[in-house]
Amino acid sequence: MAVLRADRAIPDSVVRHRLDGETALRYLLIGLFGLFLYLFVLYPMAKVLWRSLLDNDGAFVGLANYVRYFSTPAIAASITNSLYVSVVAMVVTVFLAFLYAYALTRTLMPWRGVFRVVAMLPIFAPSLVQGIAFVYIFGNNGIWTRLTDINIGVYGAKGIIMAEVFYCFPHAMLILIAALTATDARLYDAASALGASRLKTFRTVTLPGVKYGLMSACFVVFTLVITDFGAPKVIGGKFSVMATEIYNQVVGQQNFTMGATVSVVLLIPALVAFVVDRLIQRRQYALVSSSAKPLEPRKNPLAEWSLFAYCFLIAASIAAVYLVILVVSLVERWPYRLAFTLKHYAFDTVGGYTPLLNSVYVSALTAVGGTAIVFIGAYLVEKWRTRASAPLYALSLLPVSIPGMVLGLAYIFTFNVPGSLLNRLYGTLAILVISNLIHYFTVPFLTATTSLRQMDAEFENVGSSMGVPFYKTFWRVTVPIALPSIIAISMYFFLNAMVTLSAVVFLVAPGTELAAVAVLLMDDAGDTAQAAAMSVLIIATGLMVRFAYGGLMRGVTRRTQAWTATATDQVALMGTGSLK
Amino acid sequence: MTGSWPSGRSGTPSSVASRPPAVELDGIAKKFGEVIALESVSLWVGEGEFVCFLGPSGCGKTTLLRVIAGLERQNAGVVRMRGCDVSALPPSERNYGIVFQSYALFPNLPVARNVAYGLETRRMPRAEIERRVDELLDLVHLRPHKRRYPAQLSGGEQQRVALARALAPSPSLLLLDEPLSALDARVRQALRVEIKALQRRLGITTIMVTHDQEEALTMADRIAVMNHGVVEQIGSPVEIYTEPSSLFVARFVGHMNFIRATACERPGWVRVGSVELRHRPGPTPPAGTRLTLAIRPEEILIGPAVRDGENRIVTRICAMQFLGAFTRLGLALPGDTGPTLECDVAVNALAEVGAREGAELPLVLNPEALRVFSDGD
Amino acid sequence: MRRPGNRLTTLVLGAAVLCGAALAGPALAKDTVVIYTAIESEQITEYKKAYEKALPNLEVKMLRFSTGDISARFMAEKDNMQADVIWGVAATNTLIFKNAGLLEAYAPKGLERVQPLFRDKANPPSWVGIDIYMSAFCVNTEVAKKKNLPTPASWGDLTKPVYKGHLVMPNPHSSGTGYLSVASILQRMGETEGWKYLDALHQNMAEYTKSGSKPCKDAAAGERAIGVSFEYVALEMKKKGSPIEMVLPKEGSGYDMEANALTKKGAKNPAAKAFLDWAISNEAMALYAKYFAAVGVAGFPVPEGLPKDISKVVYPNDFDWSAKNRDRILAEWQKRYAK
Ligand SMILES: Nc1ncnc2c1ncn2[C@@H]1O[C@H](COP(=O)(O)OP(=O)(O)O)[C@@H](O)[C@H]1O
Ligand SMILES: [Mg+2]
Repeated sequence: MAVLRADRAIPDSVVRHRLDGETALRYLLIGLFGLFLYLFVLYPMAKVLWRSLLDNDGAFVGLANYVRYFSTPAIAASITNSLYVSVVAMVVTVFLAFLYAYALTRTLMPWRGVFRVVAMLPIFAPSLVQGIAFVYIFGNNGIWTRLTDINIGVYGAKGIIMAEVFYCFPHAMLILIAALTATDARLYDAASALGASRLKTFRTVTLPGVKYGLMSACFVVFTLVITDFGAPKVIGGKFSVMATEIYNQVVGQQNFTMGATVSVVLLIPALVAFVVDRLIQRRQYALVSSSAKPLEPRKNPLAEWSLFAYCFLIAASIAAVYLVILVVSLVERWPYRLAFTLKHYAFDTVGGYTPLLNSVYVSALTAVGGTAIVFIGAYLVEKWRTRASAPLYALSLLPVSIPGMVLGLAYIFTFNVPGSLLNRLYGTLAILVISNLIHYFTVPFLTATTSLRQMDAEFENVGSSMGVPFYKTFWRVTVPIALPSIIAISMYFFLNAMVTLSAVVFLVAPGTELAAVAVLLMDDAGDTAQAAAMSVLIIATGLMVRFAYGGLMRGVTRRTQAWTATATDQVALMGTGSLK
Repeated sequence: MTGSWPSGRSGTPSSVASRPPAVELDGIAKKFGEVIALESVSLWVGEGEFVCFLGPSGCGKTTLLRVIAGLERQNAGVVRMRGCDVSALPPSERNYGIVFQSYALFPNLPVARNVAYGLETRRMPRAEIERRVDELLDLVHLRPHKRRYPAQLSGGEQQRVALARALAPSPSLLLLDEPLSALDARVRQALRVEIKALQRRLGITTIMVTHDQEEALTMADRIAVMNHGVVEQIGSPVEIYTEPSSLFVARFVGHMNFIRATACERPGWVRVGSVELRHRPGPTPPAGTRLTLAIRPEEILIGPAVRDGENRIVTRICAMQFLGAFTRLGLALPGDTGPTLECDVAVNALAEVGAREGAELPLVLNPEALRVFSDGD
Repeated sequence: MRRPGNRLTTLVLGAAVLCGAALAGPALAKDTVVIYTAIESEQITEYKKAYEKALPNLEVKMLRFSTGDISARFMAEKDNMQADVIWGVAATNTLIFKNAGLLEAYAPKGLERVQPLFRDKANPPSWVGIDIYMSAFCVNTEVAKKKNLPTPASWGDLTKPVYKGHLVMPNPHSSGTGYLSVASILQRMGETEGWKYLDALHQNMAEYTKSGSKPCKDAAAGERAIGVSFEYVALEMKKKGSPIEMVLPKEGSGYDMEANALTKKGAKNPAAKAFLDWAISNEAMALYAKYFAAVGVAGFPVPEGLPKDISKVVYPNDFDWSAKNRDRILAEWQKRYAK
């Protein structure tokens, strides 16, 4: 027949479509998204790297700063200190959280819901709140120390580790709950049919099943601890870690060069942890087959009651920590005058309620702006494949491995530049919003990507085949379907922006103070009761917002249930506001 | 239906030059990285015609359809619609309706709003949209379901909603990508008829992608059989069935017996084992060339008629498979142990020839039905 | 007919508008003044009420950090200056600003009333002092009793082994109080002996805090037995009900002055001058005098619990020396004690 096989080579380029308004708009948006990521992620990070190669007068000195860093014992100690604290806190947290998550998912013990809610409390508090609480409990004049006369020596590594364990507990718990829930019940049926003992079943079925979850939890906790600044700042005493070292170098001595150098070094463990975690997660998805049967816990009174006692202990400790903060904020002068008072809530020192209002305002802007940018960005990257998609995707994943302190410092380098257009942002609320948005960019971006990938790839094509512009299909179809994810994303942004400290501590300016920074400054100045009061308000705000979102989510779910029963499943994990 | 489409029609439709074809592809090539999905595909689709792209999975059918739709951009070649080069037009300006394999119904919109989707952006009064939606829903018999969400419909109903949605803006071209493949056999049968009838009624030019040859044979005016990114043959279902142009088409469409043979000195004759057989006139390769003969099961003649016909061979029955209206016999050629030929015999004819396993069965391979392909094909 | 889409459009448009608003925010209103200060927060609260009443047209944006931090920030921003006014930052640091050329000489209205000790010698002066603060020990008597610690009376006492782990003092890098203590020790004892003394003191130190008042507040909370801080916090903590006793060391307290200055950037801002005028007014001085034994203008009553004549209790401070040698001393301190 007349079918010709072409012997000439097929060109590599494809036929160009005429650029219509819609496509132009799409390219424009992709360009803007790229510009956004370049300006607020890539460029600032390059600045930090570059600054670490300069001396304080701006002359290029190569690796001299690194040599100085590693050869100054006082500063270099911060590396081993950081690693030590992070590893110990990681092991302890994951161990405790695993038992807890196991009890919540694999037994029928009472109060599971209460335990779960209580364990989430630390999510709503800046990390330094735990530090403050432990000073009040285990400090030289703390409740415990006064009652028992045993001083555990809370200032230093011990205190940091304790505070971090509490701070990271819910993050690890959520990951482990997800891992434990995803295990296939059929494996357990098989094990018991083969007559395996309880211990053997645990060793051969339970542990391998959650292996990746455990690893993931380890990496998340490790990263949270090594990049955390609040707890070591408050309770570290003379024990310096990398994050506090950056702060001291920058805020205390305005030695930006050394700050940049420590930052680059701090970037390494965080980046490694992130990459390894990504690799693991990719494998984890392959693990749960679609035919898996959910596990239904069986009754086992002995195990149940011992685990109940354990959970009770943990939950009570967590509750106690926040109770202490609440009590301290409500008494005249702890521990000498215990009369009830609200005076610590007057914040009659500079600022008053401005920092709290600023925080709420910034968090709301972060939630709204962040959600819009993340979702539209993920949509452009995911639904309109171009040559820019892969680099944009990679750039969107990068922020999760940038410690907050490093980001903050990078923004100083980028935006505190006289004469530059970027300088307009310096000292504004907008830069706080942007730094939050970037600091917490990756998890929402992945959530958005996942939810977009679950949608039929042809929705956009159906629209364009009928001449409906892509943005209409986006509003009418994509957004409504993804609404549960969108709500979860905005909540994640809000709650994190409310408690974050590390990135914004370098960026607050007169008139743009934030609540978490106020807590830090009050604690720095020794006004711990006021710091506690402000912490209480931060936590209360977070909880209220969480409940409001809970209501919103239920409303949306009810409406979307008409057309699908599975819309909210994917959001379950994120809905709790965690996942770093 | 095939009568109106004389054989050998491919390339430019010079005979109907008065009206340019609805769609015309000229040398379309498409690569995905190193994978060549399409390799210089040229064909045309007449106004109001129903054409099927038929081929095994991965042969490039969907890609070709998407090139027409503008959803993939070809590396080379030209797409013309009604004579105009549309290669550079984005999808939204090509004026077609499309039904995807997944249907891609908007789950958050009720049926009526799905169907109205393409109408709402045109400045059309609401009442008119309503009327048009009702009209289309009537057409696919789904008016009672207009307020339901897609998830509340069966697969076949969803399929019809997708069809109605694609047709609503009155496109001049309808593209269907495996529209029936997700449905179970009975629904599929019914929908074949329904879609075909609808297409006839509306007279809309339609291109349908399918890997199901039965579907293509029953629905299409013409079929383009594809393999490895190349169109192997284009023709009416009867042509494709009776005159497969290549071994691939012969294999892919319908049921076919293949017999290994070598070319004889005498032009038009081949040797199979010890017998020489005459085949349908065709290319005459040099003697000794390895060839493949092809004949359909229903074209094999048995019974009284074969007593002394040309191309008579005696085979042995080694398998019998009861298939309802007829029985399929597995036949071994002289010298062979296993069955190489299959032959369909109606139930009453079966008794007539006294068929049973192990018995000998003389038959005639009618030279007019005995196609020959060189092995390279 | 279209529901969820619409609401989201509104939301996103709203977001865009809000972002725009936030970006447009920094456009400063005419009578805005940016003030960097190291004054204690509680005091600022008090002062704030007064200046808001006296200067109703002024919008004050204030950044407060401890002395070292606010100074370091101001220095770091020297090419991109943010502050118009320096208010109540240690004279030592103000002197450093002056030497770095970051200040504009300015004689605020009523300067003639200010005692000579309290002003830059140049005319017009680059800085004007408003009050004097001095180092003091805060001793938590309850903790001291429990731990069997005698009350220290002098700097010398603090190096005794009994106090090991019970002392806190401010980090001289970040805290003005910390620096004035260190500087005063070095001036009094000479550098060789001084550093030897500080080495011994370091042995007893539990922690160096960022802020100058924190050691006293820690002592007040019972977290530490003795905090080296300054006199105002000591009295304040006592007043608030902590078992705190204030000790002014026998050898003489170090002291510094809280000083005001006009920055190069503020030179163009009339509001900055208006604020500086107010900041040495009698009204302001009267407020300072509620907390400090000596303020820029003579004749205000001395607060209860403070010595009537501070010249008897302080060791004289050579501000020029303190300012000139600050970087060197801090580097040395860092090398010896920073962990
Ligand atoms: N987006 C794509 N990227 C890479 N390869 C593709 C893509 N789409 C199709 N292909 C490849 O092109 C070939 C033809 O695919 P397709 O047109 O979908 O086949 P069919 O529809 O006939 O099953 C296949 O080998 C397929 O793997
Ligand atoms: Mg296909």
